This record gives sequence, structure tokens and C-alpha cells, in this order.
Amino acid sequence: MAETGNSEAIAAAFADGPAYVPYLVVGDPDYESSKAHVEALDRGGADVIELGLPFSEPIAEGSTIQEALVRALDAGMTPERFFAFAEEVEVDAALVCMTYYNLIYQYGSETGPRPFVERAAAAGIQGLVVPDLPAEEADPLREACDEFGLDLVFIVAPTTRGDRLDRMMENVSGYVYVQARLGTTGARDDVSDQTTESLDRLREYDVPKAVGFGISSGEHAERIVAGGADGIIVGSALVDVVADGVENDLPTAAVADRLEALSRELKAGAERGYRSRTETVESA
Amino acid sequence: MSETESSTSEVGELSRRPGRERGRDDGKFGRYGGQYVPEALMPAIEELTDAYERYVLNNEDGFMDEFRERLAEFGGRPTPLQRADRLSERYDTEVYLKREDLLHGGAHKLNNALGQVLLAKYMGKERIIAETGAGQHGTATAMAAAHLDMPCTIYMGERDINRQRPNVFRMKLNGSEVKPVTTGRGTLKEAISETMRDWAETVEDTHYVIGSIVGPHPFPVMVRDFQAVISEEAREQAIEKTGGLPTDVVACAGGGSNTMGAFADFVDDESVALRAVEAGGSTLEVDEEAGVAPNSASLYAGEEGVLHGARTKLLQDSDGQIMESHSVSSGLDYAGVGPELAYLVDEGRVEPVAVDDDAALEGFHRLSSTEGIIPALETAHAFGFLEEHHEELGERVVVNVSGRGDKDLDAAIEETDQRDLPNAPDMSMFTEGI
Ligand SMILES: Cc1ncc(COP(=O)(O)O)c(C=O)c1O
Repeated sequence: MAETGNSEAIAAAFADGPAYVPYLVVGDPDYESSKAHVEALDRGGADVIELGLPFSEPIAEGSTIQEALVRALDAGMTPERFFAFAEEVEVDAALVCMTYYNLIYQYGSETGPRPFVERAAAAGIQGLVVPDLPAEEADPLREACDEFGLDLVFIVAPTTRGDRLDRMMENVSGYVYVQARLGTTGARDDVSDQTTESLDRLREYDVPKAVGFGISSGEHAERIVAGGADGIIVGSALVDVVADGVENDLPTAAVADRLEALSRELKAGAERGYRSRTETVESA
Repeated sequence: MSETESSTSEVGELSRRPGRERGRDDGKFGRYGGQYVPEALMPAIEELTDAYERYVLNNEDGFMDEFRERLAEFGGRPTPLQRADRLSERYDTEVYLKREDLLHGGAHKLNNALGQVLLAKYMGKERIIAETGAGQHGTATAMAAAHLDMPCTIYMGERDINRQRPNVFRMKLNGSEVKPVTTGRGTLKEAISETMRDWAETVEDTHYVIGSIVGPHPFPVMVRDFQAVISEEAREQAIEKTGGLPTDVVACAGGGSNTMGAFADFVDDESVALRAVEAGGSTLEVDEEAGVAPNSASLYAGEEGVLHGARTKLLQDSDGQIMESHSVSSGLDYAGVGPELAYLVDEGRVEPVAVDDDAALEGFHRLSSTEGIIPALETAHAFGFLEEHHEELGERVVVNVSGRGDKDLDAAIEETDQRDLPNAPDMSMFTEGI
């Protein structure tokens, strides 16, 4: 829950105003470029940055992110290099690692999640998102996160209800990741009704709600925040910018500029949405 | 469940056999199993668990009776347990063949596909999706879907499509859509990931028919229960024909569905040795750097990890990235294995053995030329094992002939031509033309 979150940096990111939470795959298309990209997100106004650590079987990802993960793996990304990246990258935003459970489980000499979390904490990671780890299987990771002061973020799907939702909300810390619609990641042009319904269902839970899956423009961001989200998570739309840079052989600085510009647009949209919300409340 | 809804028929009771209790409660087999899936899939998995308990375990609405009847009439069960005279002579032991190759569609896969498509119907689902490696599971699912009038989409790796063209055509003949998967090396593990993605978008009206005892709970127990008809029949047939239990049961293991199907009712018979034969590929060595295991021997050479919804034994590198596996037979070409098998191996109840591509091809030719049965290349691994390890066997061996080899004839021509096999026919007229 919000007040029991482990990371102060993440709590601060959601404290006043809507949080802009961008995602990129670390090492896509290579280590150095991806550092420039992440730093550009930070200049563009990121409050929390989700850093994707590539796994070979990303079952929750659509084709945009899946291809980015493959590019990063081909360029030699490993958990060890990922942690080095987190240590080297110069950003103000809080850092969250998004990856699949097998990498967490295998890391270090003993099996189990503890060595990974210990190393992540040392590298300055403030939280984890693990798309293939439902609350039912999460106890060992939750314990390790509590031990080392990381938040464990859960994804709430449009289909999550009842007991499952309660169990998840008991376990979540930092923020909940509200999946805007069913399916896998990927940029879309519409805002689904499922988002509004999900936010309504979550209203009674006192934890920041960040909406993700499909947000691609400032206007999107505005509508989602106006609809009650405390933050927006943007992945595929940013990864598309990187992919376009790869396809057209653009210099890293040019891709970084585009990422920064898109970030400003998204962040500004979120802020407009937030203002419209407070105005409505005040006039009511 | 109320008294009136459930049936206490003999068929309903069969699913209550003791060897099949493992994993039913919580989907855990010791440290293995579980439900590691994206949140969007959890409601579908809960719904499926509930349906499995009601219809499969409690025979609600007579589900199991209908399943058994369709298996008999549409599927052609029971399949024979046939004595293999010449192999018995060759190995100086009684060799019996459980003829799943005679099941409709030519492989054990129909037992599970028919069970799941029927279950989807009972659940009120409107669409079927599945993935396939060798194409046998896809074919079985396509047949079951046509039989039960359900629209069906099958994901298949591009490389496997090229290896298994006849099965691709069979799926299309039965009215299924076949979607090529181009990610990774284009084999089974990529097809499974792709099918899970489809499912995440369509869970509300779609059932995903997983093809083996893998994936999140309840799939491993449910697929085992559907396949357990193999050992149920084999056990009764063995007693009837030979007056006692076999000393050994041998089956090839990809995901492990025919293996567990053949073992299920023997697990509690401690005198029976259970041998799971994996694809040793070209070698058991792995290339960590390239992320490639030139084999598919996850029981033998794998390590514990989490893939496609379950904790199990996997071929992975030291970081936990899943390796590309290899086998001459696409149906065994998978980096994971069912969690129940992983557990039974750790417990010492099942012995894993690896048979390489060459030995499997020898097995393919041996069964064909000595017994007049052309086996699937998957199945051929079990016969490679017999040749290499017959001295370790007891006096009465049951081998599960998991499928027939018609789908593999092109691959067999090509692979045989590349080798110097002592027992293969002259290949020149096939590879060079007449
Ligand atoms: C004939 C045959 N045998 C065995 C297998 C391996 O699968 P499993 O280990 O699940 O039985 C396959 C898979 O396609 C197959 O077609």
C-alpha cells in the first residue's frame, strides 16, 4: 500500500502530480546507445523509469518489445551488465527493473530470488515488475524485496477481480500497474473502456495507480490521467522510436532527442489531464 | 457438486485412481509446477481449474463418459498391446508395444486434444487455439475441433512447418488456420509463447489446448489424466496377456505427455521400472556462449527454472536464458519438460536416459524393417534406447509407440542420407532420383 511502500524515491515520484513512467529495454540496440536513450527519458520528465532486463521467452510482450529484447540479447545483454548499467546511468528518476521470474530465480550461487534482489538494491534499483509472477507465487520475492527495501509492483489486468484483487493489493507496494486492456504490450490509438472500469474497481485501494499498455501520445496520457490514473506507463511507443532509429540507421543523439521530445509530450499530457481533474473537483 | 450432477459410473471412478492424485490439489509436484503466468491469464486458469475439477474429476454432466465414448468411437480406443516377436528375440526379453500409433490421427496426442476440446465445449468457450511442434498435437487438435465443430487456430514454428508439411496440410484439411511463428529459431518454444500471447488477448471466449504435461496448473495434471488411459489399458492388457505386470515401461519424452500417460497407473507399482527417453540430439554438451543445447534432454541435462507457466527442469544458460534445443524429431525439440516428470526423476522413480539422433534413426529403421511398424521419429528414440540398453531391462518390457512415422518420411530420407546407418535401406534412389 502507498504508506507501506519500501522505496521513498518511488513514493516521492507519485507524491505530487501524475507520474510519468517510461519503459525501455536495456541494451537495445546496444549498451551505450541505450544509456543515452534512458538519460533522454530523464531529461524529458520521467519520474520513474522501468528498465527492461531481457528474457528469451517474454510471454507478456507484444512484437515491438519482443523484438527489442531480441536486439538487446543479441548485443550481449546479461543480468550482470544490466546492473552495471543501472549503476552508470545518470538519472534523477527512480529506477525499476522489469523482467521475468526465471532470471531473478537463477541469479547468484543459490537458487531463489534473494541474491538478485540484493544485487539490484546495491545497483540502485528501487522496485521490480515481474509479469509472469502472480501474487500466488510471489512470497519469496516479496520477502526479499522487503528485506532490501525494494517495491514489488503487481500488474492488475482488466479481468482481475474479487479475491485475486484483494490478495494482490495486500502484496503490492510502490504502485500498481493497471493494464489498460487485455493482451500483450503494444502501442494503440485508443483508450479502452477497460481502463476506466479497472480504475473504478481500484478506487478503494490506497496505492498509486499507474496505467500502461498502449499509451502512445500526449492526448492519450491526458485522457487517462483525467480518468483518474495517478501515473502513466509508456513502453512500446518509446521502443518504437528506438526501433525506427535502428531501421533507419539514425545517430544515437537523434534517437535520444526524439525520445526526449516524446517524453515531454507525454508528461505534459499527463499534467493537463491532472489539471482538468482538479478543476472538475474544485468546480463541483 | 450435487449427487445428481455427478456420475458414479465406472468411467467416472477411473479418474480417481491413486497414481493420479499427485499435483491435483495445488498444482505442485514437490518444488515443481505452479502457475507462473501473466495476470491477464489468471482468471482463465482459475476457470479452467474449476472446470477440470467438476467435469474431469467429478464427471459432472457425464463429461468423462462422453469423453470415453468419443475416444472409443472417434478415436478407436482401446489400442492394442501387441507382442513384438522379432524384437523380443533380438533382445532376449518379452517386448510389448502399446500401439498409440493406431489411434486416430496416428499419435497419442488425440487423447488429450479430444479431452480438452470437449472440455472447452462444456465450458461454453467458442474458439480453440493450440501450438504444435511436430504437428501431431496440432493435427489432433484440428481433428477434435472439426469433430466437435469449434473454430481453431494453430501456431507453429516456421522451421517446424518446413519439417512437417504433411501435418500442416492435415490441419488445414480439417479446417484449422495455421499461423507460422517466425521468432527465435521457429520451433515449439516460440510457438508456445506466441499462443500464450493470443490467449492473453482472447481469454474470455478462447481455450488454449496445451499439447503436453507442461504449462501452468491445471494443465500438467489435466493432460496427464487425459493421457493416463494409455497406462490404464496397458496395465490391464499386460495382466490379461502375460499374467502379470511388466518389468519396464519405456516411453520417449518431449514435454512428457505420452511418457506420463504410459507411466501414470504404474507409478505405484514399485516393481515396474519407468524409463523416460529424451532426445540426446547430436551431443549432450551445450554451447553456453551461443545459447544452444544440441539436444532436448531437459530431464537429463537441464536445471530447475521457470518457463511457460511452471517451475520445472529446463535447458538454460547460467543467467537463466532459455536455450535453443535440438532434436532430429520436432516433437521432442523443447527446452522444458513436465513438472511431474521432473519431480519423479528427482524422487528416483523415473529414470531419464538420452538417446542421440543417430541411435533414434537406427531405431526408426529397426522397428520399420523388423516389425512392419514405421514409428514417429519421436517414438524411435524409445527403440534407440532398447538397442543400447537392452541388457539392463527385465524380462517383460512395454514400449509406448507414441505415434506413427508417416509425417516423418521426408525428414527420414534427408536425415538417413546424411548418415552411415548400418540398418538403413539404400537411399540413393530417393536422394538422387532414379
Ligand atoms: C509421436 C509423438 N511422440 C512423442 C511426442 C512428444 O511429446 P510428449 O513428450 O508430450 O509425448 C510427440 C510430440 O509432438 C509426438 O508427436
